[in-house]
Amino acid sequence: MKQLVRFFIIGMLVSGVLLYLISSLNQSQGYTGGNTLTIFNWGDYIDEELITQFEAETGIKIVYETFDSNEAMMTKIEQGGTSYDIAVPSEYMIDKMRQEDLLIPLDHDKLPNLKNIDERFLDLPFDPDNIYSVPYFWGTVGITYNAELLPDKTFTSWNDLWDPDLKNEIILIDGAREIIGMGLNSLGYSLNDTNKAHLQEAFDKLGTLTPNIKAIVGDENKLLMQNNEAAVAVLWSGDAADIMWENEAIDYVIPEEGSNLWFDNIVIPKTAKNIEAAHAFINFMLDAKVAAQNTEYVAYSTPNQAALQYMDPEMVADERFYPPPALTEKLEVYQNLGKRNLAYYNDLFLAFKMYGK
Amino acid sequence: MQSKLSRRIYLIPYAIWIALFVVTPIILVVYYSFYDLDGNFSLENYRQFFTAVYLKMTLSSFWYAFLITAISLLVAYPTAYFLVRTKHSQLWLLLIIVPSWVNLLLKAYAFIGIFGKYGAANHFLEAIGIGTKQILFTDFSFIFVSVYIFIPFMILPIFNALSELNPSLLDAANDLGASRWTTFRRVIFPLTIDGVKTGCQIVFIPALSLFMLTRLIAGNRVITLGTAIEQHFLVTQDWGMGSTIAVFLIIIMFLIMALTGNRKRGV
Repeated sequence: MKQLVRFFIIGMLVSGVLLYLISSLNQSQGYTGGNTLTIFNWGDYIDEELITQFEAETGIKIVYETFDSNEAMMTKIEQGGTSYDIAVPSEYMIDKMRQEDLLIPLDHDKLPNLKNIDERFLDLPFDPDNIYSVPYFWGTVGITYNAELLPDKTFTSWNDLWDPDLKNEIILIDGAREIIGMGLNSLGYSLNDTNKAHLQEAFDKLGTLTPNIKAIVGDENKLLMQNNEAAVAVLWSGDAADIMWENEAIDYVIPEEGSNLWFDNIVIPKTAKNIEAAHAFINFMLDAKVAAQNTEYVAYSTPNQAALQYMDPEMVADERFYPPPALTEKLEVYQNLGKRNLAYYNDLFLAFKMYGK
Repeated sequence: MQSKLSRRIYLIPYAIWIALFVVTPIILVVYYSFYDLDGNFSLENYRQFFTAVYLKMTLSSFWYAFLITAISLLVAYPTAYFLVRTKHSQLWLLLIIVPSWVNLLLKAYAFIGIFGKYGAANHFLEAIGIGTKQILFTDFSFIFVSVYIFIPFMILPIFNALSELNPSLLDAANDLGASRWTTFRRVIFPLTIDGVKTGCQIVFIPALSLFMLTRLIAGNRVITLGTAIEQHFLVTQDWGMGSTIAVFLIIIMFLIMALTGNRKRGV
């Protein structure tokens, strides 16, 4: 008993000393209330030099944390106890966060650089008038394929995936909206279609794709494509860019029938403590030169029109990531279809996964 | 009087624990299962469970869990039998248990590498002249990895039951003229059946609701009830339906426990 008590006391003392050390360390680095900005972003999704530059320009210290899924990010913000001043959710999450009252409206007067954003990417259905969000990067869903493994194949349409030669070669994203949307697109319907007959048609068509499907996976798809495990994948353009960086044989195509247009956006969540600095940071990231530098690092497509002139012209001319207007018109943003329809999409997707080989 | 009081005091942590972490969650799960997507009280989730999609899913979950348990048992029993008779049985046992200390996710990723097109398994097949085969994302890989993960939990209870077996009973069987097979069938197996039952419970029940391996190793080509629960909670946010499936899993598990339960028997 005596030993136990001693053990506890020592434990408490050690914790106390450690706590004191941490707080004094934080102070010496300037991590105290007023002048810090806590950013919650996807992993490897910013050029870290820009963080240093922002700190030097404004004297605001940045605390940078990362997440790996929209859901995880939202849960952390919902539970509170965190003090994130900036977060970067995808567009469908913004709708949800707005409904749950987790976002703080942006003060557009403090964001003069908002004028740099391409008008096509402003005032979109998930956030009319950009009250809560500013687009950070955008992209598409398309077909990634390995030209070395498939020397005599070309991909232009979703229907090319149904080629019998591709038996057991395709990996798909594990996402109901993406895959059911692909089925709808391949039939010429909108990927926001909620007509049950159309959805059934898409489901039946997807069922016939089953022999070609190798797997339906999450983030592992990057690894599988890089290592030539699979020849074709339906992926987000951002992931495709990452894979192409690692494996030069890989190419990316936005199918001609159209596809999804997605956005990651900067928002100020309800947990924000330093709203002033958050606005300063957003405005900083919207600056043309900063956005150009960031885009060259991250390699996703930037919505910042003014930044394009400062970027590598080869990058801007790449139609795979900056598709020409004729194709852009066919891209659609996911609308919030409501819980009922979303549940229906998910049920179809679940049934699709169970479709025997 | 005092001893009774102090005994009650000792019961408090246990009672709080059970109330907070066993009873409350089950009540919550049952409660949520009666709410539909719009938050109205209804039996819709239960009606939906009895549609083709979910019934098929239940059947396939059962089938895979059965295969995993049966194969584990087939491998585990001889292993345990061997272990009891070896000299350094504790060391051997430790070697079997050690892999279960390694994180499940890590093991799953290791198998992605081993079973991949250019992995060790295919190198071996190539070397012995069979040629490269699709191993990853098949039923085979799913069952193999699941058995690999569950097998220590099958071996341990059987090992315990076997080591408690009184050797003089075997001598007696031998003296009375029983063949080795008869001894096994009439003496050893019936006396270790409790270990087998415990092992089967420990393997079958979690195998019913496996979910991570279904994606990483089976590429979502195997869908179990666990996968569906995960989807409903994380993606659809249809907590009602997710809870309903969980309620059915709980009921099924109770049934299995009742059917294979260890009844007290006189020796």
